[in-house]
Amino acid sequence: MLLRADNISKTFFRKTGSANYFYAVSPLSLEIHPETVTVLMGRSGSGKTTLLNMLSGILQPTEGSVWLGDTDLYRLKDAALSRLRNERIGVVPQARSAVDTLTVMENILLPERLYGRKAPAEKARRWMEMFEIGQLENAFPKELSGGELRRMAIIRALVQEPEVLFADEPTGDLDDENTERVLSALASYAHEEKKGVMIVTHENDAVKYADRIFKMEGGELF
Amino acid sequence: MKILPLSLKNLARKPGRTAALVLLTAFLALAVFGGSVVILSLRTGLQSLEARLGADIILVPSEAQSKVSFQNMFLQGTTGAFYMDAAVADKALEVPGVEKAAPQTFLASLKADCCSIKIQVIGIDPAKDFTVQPWIARSLTGDMGDMDVVVGCRVEAGIGEIIRIYEQRCKVVAQLEPTGTGLDIAVYCNMHTMDTLLAAAEAKGVSHKIASGDDSVISAVYIKVKDGYDIDTVNTALTGKLRKVTAVRTRSMITGVSDSLAGVSRTVSAMTVVIWILAFIILLLAYTLVVRERTREFAVLRLIGASRGMLGRMALLESAMCGLGGGIAGTGLAAIGVFSFSALIESSLGLPYLFPGIGTILLLAAGTVLLSIAVSALASAFAARRLSRVQPGTALREGN
Repeated sequence: MLLRADNISKTFFRKTGSANYFYAVSPLSLEIHPETVTVLMGRSGSGKTTLLNMLSGILQPTEGSVWLGDTDLYRLKDAALSRLRNERIGVVPQARSAVDTLTVMENILLPERLYGRKAPAEKARRWMEMFEIGQLENAFPKELSGGELRRMAIIRALVQEPEVLFADEPTGDLDDENTERVLSALASYAHEEKKGVMIVTHENDAVKYADRIFKMEGGELF
Repeated sequence: MKILPLSLKNLARKPGRTAALVLLTAFLALAVFGGSVVILSLRTGLQSLEARLGADIILVPSEAQSKVSFQNMFLQGTTGAFYMDAAVADKALEVPGVEKAAPQTFLASLKADCCSIKIQVIGIDPAKDFTVQPWIARSLTGDMGDMDVVVGCRVEAGIGEIIRIYEQRCKVVAQLEPTGTGLDIAVYCNMHTMDTLLAAAEAKGVSHKIASGDDSVISAVYIKVKDGYDIDTVNTALTGKLRKVTAVRTRSMITGVSDSLAGVSRTVSAMTVVIWILAFIILLLAYTLVVRERTREFAVLRLIGASRGMLGRMALLESAMCGLGGGIAGTGLAAIGVFSFSALIESSLGLPYLFPGIGTILLLAAGTVLLSIAVSALASAFAARRLSRVQPGTALREGN
């Protein structure tokens, strides 16, 4: 077991009937294992992204705890949790996630450089060639298409070499060929590098790469 | 890439945004530095005037009051053509409480062929003078000989140059330091030279004769009252003893200038404060908009491991750099404005105007730049702090 969620839930303020809040994620427990691709499926609004955000340390659960190894993420102070995220957790968010004032290469190497570590530029170039955006090294995000930006975010997470990698709709903007390429790369990362990978999607393409599949509906995990 | 290189790239690669913030801060710095220099120059001018006058009482012919404003006489350099018997100075010394009595004679040159420049000539008795002589001594090591003149700092004549006054050739032997008053456009000579110039002026039809027909005339006597004597009492005694002479207390003249200066200072200070408050609010709004526009960027940075502290430092660093740029630009622009147009400012204010020393100016410039940095950092801190408290997951969703 690499990462464990103990009875976590998330409520948001919303006036619904007699209550002032609603459960985006109902209390649930979940484990992510090394060398395993975990696929979380569900329709839009089912709570997948909220769960991913809680597991990846960027959204405090209303209740419960998330453990990475023997570290309770949300008991850490902000500086320590931020550093842990930088060194051990990779996230490919659903939203556009580029810093506009940096080039593609600078965006990809940003996690390493943020804490002054040596940036693996050659490794980044190999991934860029593999994902067919090698020629965009010095381009700025506004010059890229949605699919190219998505691939850039995936490369950034892979170059970071996190213990656990979360990808939220990683193939959303991609054509079939690139979808296969990305999913295959994520699966290889899990199996060859012995890391944990969790893919959140509402499409079926990821199913064939999955070692474990969960489904979410109305904030409940099945 | 730690915070500094990232901040520099953010500023350099968003030139429009950076320029707008720098410009806004420059406007602030311009108002503060420009306003402060004007106020300080007025105060320095007043101090210079007080020091330069040096006298407690000035005696002038009674007719002078209707001919010239004494305040203008010293602020604008409009010395009048009024004369009285030269013996007044010696008679004044007989009044109890009078320590020194320094006569001066005024003569205005003509803007005509006979005179190379239009100036005010002031004749002094170097042996008795205590008002101008100390300043002359700072610029002239030897004595002021006959037909030698010492010129104010704004008289366009260099040392060694010959200027013609009523066809008389006078040699410039020294130039005085600035006072910020009308004394800067005057020319000083000894009484022998003045007698020659008065005679030459008479020949040109500019009369200085007084009713008694005496050729030995003066225009004013500067009185220094002995310590322990009441100036008002001495003033009254002088008026009683000397006929057809008016005694004017210099303090009342200085007070009038000081009141005007206080009014101008208050106006300039109030305007500076209002500009700062308005500009700070605008800066606050500008940084709030900038930080809001950068919600997604901050969320991405949080996502890849930037802490709240790092983001706060980044926002502060960027705004401080904008503050530094704006502070330097605004201070520079204000310096160009106030130094280039000092004559215009002086004449439009009608008050003694003298720049403070270079040390004070540099200190003021450094203070303005530091203030610009601090205000920019403060304005951005509010917005950055609010945003850094939002969880990255939420911010990323809001930044879509």
